[in-house]
Amino acid sequence: MDLIAVMGVEFLYAVASLVLISAGLAVVFGMMRVINLAHGEFMMLGGYITITAVNLGVDVFVAMVIIAPLAVALIGVVVERLIIRHLYGRLVDTMLATWGLSLFFIGVATVIFGNTTTGISTPIPGFAVGDYRINGYSFFIILVAVLLLTAMAAILKMTRLGLIARGTMARSDIAAVLGHEPELIYMTTFAVGSALSGLAGAVLAPLVGLVPGSGAAYIAKAFITVIAGGPQLLAGLMSSATFFGVVNQLFTFTISPVIGEVALLVAAVILLRMLPRGITGRFFRARSS
Amino acid sequence: MTAVAVPVTLVLPQVIDSYTLTVLAIYAMLALSLGLVWGYGGILCFGQAAFFGLGAYGYAIGALNVGESTIALIAAVAATAAIAAVLGAMMFYGRLGDVYLAIITLVVTLILYRFMSSTAGDAYVLGKARLGGFNGIPGFPTLHVPGNPSAYIWGDALYYVCAASLVLVLALVTLLLRSGFGRVAVGIRENETRMGLLGYDVRARKTLLFTIGAAVAALAGALYANWGEIVTPRLFGLTQSAEIIIWCIVGGFGTRLGPILGAASMGYLKFLLGQQSLVDNTLVMGLILILVVLFLPRGLVPALEGLWIAAWQRMPARQMQRRRRNLA
Repeated sequence: MDLIAVMGVEFLYAVASLVLISAGLAVVFGMMRVINLAHGEFMMLGGYITITAVNLGVDVFVAMVIIAPLAVALIGVVVERLIIRHLYGRLVDTMLATWGLSLFFIGVATVIFGNTTTGISTPIPGFAVGDYRINGYSFFIILVAVLLLTAMAAILKMTRLGLIARGTMARSDIAAVLGHEPELIYMTTFAVGSALSGLAGAVLAPLVGLVPGSGAAYIAKAFITVIAGGPQLLAGLMSSATFFGVVNQLFTFTISPVIGEVALLVAAVILLRMLPRGITGRFFRARSS
Repeated sequence: MTAVAVPVTLVLPQVIDSYTLTVLAIYAMLALSLGLVWGYGGILCFGQAAFFGLGAYGYAIGALNVGESTIALIAAVAATAAIAAVLGAMMFYGRLGDVYLAIITLVVTLILYRFMSSTAGDAYVLGKARLGGFNGIPGFPTLHVPGNPSAYIWGDALYYVCAASLVLVLALVTLLLRSGFGRVAVGIRENETRMGLLGYDVRARKTLLFTIGAAVAALAGALYANWGEIVTPRLFGLTQSAEIIIWCIVGGFGTRLGPILGAASMGYLKFLLGQQSLVDNTLVMGLILILVVLFLPRGLVPALEGLWIAAWQRMPARQMQRRRRNLA
């Protein structure tokens, strides 16, 4: 019984962390069709900002939930203005430029923080369930993921802002005719996506030892989750995060964590093979025509 | 082009030491393999490093088990080509789109990196070769004269072997591109549907081209293993994959010379940057990639070519325009 409870929490945690890792990319890639290969580095920066803020004496939750997302959103705005905005509609060029950006950020982090592992301790203590221990922080991750999904759904579906954003992504010319500024909306959407990446990186920071190259660990997972998810932003995110989270945990429990990761990636390759052109293939077509 | 390449390979050792030149020649071959697959075949392979790494690991494992280098070299290239053929068939017969292909090749590279990094310990032994996890495989027999295992090829001799291989590969790639297969490959890059309707088997041809590219990358990897005398999972790393693409982008896709020059110049730049500690290497590489994509999206060689044509050859305006369109 205890084992089942512990495993249940672990499964939920795996799904929740995938949701967190992918949310920022889902907004940038799913809505704007911008393939941001620097997504992992946005998360890495969020983590470093959190750690720096905590070391300066800021409360860890304030640093994670407010400072890191805001700071990364600012970085996102600069990146959008300087680079991404020139490349809308040029899919491959965007991928390459953001890959360059990712290397650039890794370099910057190496220069500032050095190529060593830094970290902070988890702010929530663990507790025992029968013979097993549960990491209390897992509950926080699950909570953040649930709140995030709810907030995204509410903003996108219920507010005027969400409506304008979705409309602009579908037909920016019509949105412009109606008096909205597509440039501004694209910039804001990218900033929101960056903020979500920053939040994810910050929230996950206490769980991992952070190095400048940490982003690489997230990028593949984020991409396959978003791509396998498909055009329905939120439903896709939830369904694919659940699928991959369960696959990952199953193999982690039965074999080893590394095999769990490998299994996740292999499952992704097979899934994409079975849903060719897939789910989001149509998007790219519509965009290029 | 080959006629120019031979004197260049002979003159260069007078200028730069042969140890550095060897690795530049290997990088150039690796870049050429991506230039063939991406530049002429239109296949967005983000994971060329996977085949480079597989070639290197294949050679190391083979050399340890056979105790001899010729068979190991051939086996490494053949095994990598076989793996690439299976992967390619899976992707192309699945009719995956460009972007998915890019992501899948990237993911495969990551899988290999993760897996190879975790292979420490006694559980992971292939014949006489221990995979060694993050530390890689050291101490395998390096290249020697075929049939004479005690006559090792190293130093200047290794450079000439690598340079000769590069020239040979370049000549073969040129021949391939001039053949019917090469022309159809370029046709597929330009318009896949039209080539399919003309009766060419697009999927088989793409798989074959992908496999050839992987074999060239594997050869580069096997030579790299000989140069470095150790293979580590870093060969599969994202940085390695990114670097190959940077070389090609800087040099220019759609040319044979571009990737080679790009690899040699960027490789040398990296070598120079490695000698100082003021600026981080990755930072500079990232910056170069961003700037080239933004300001020189066609790459150096095509841009210079265009400049050359504009400056020296007074073409009729219409022909000039067509040329521009072709390059774009």
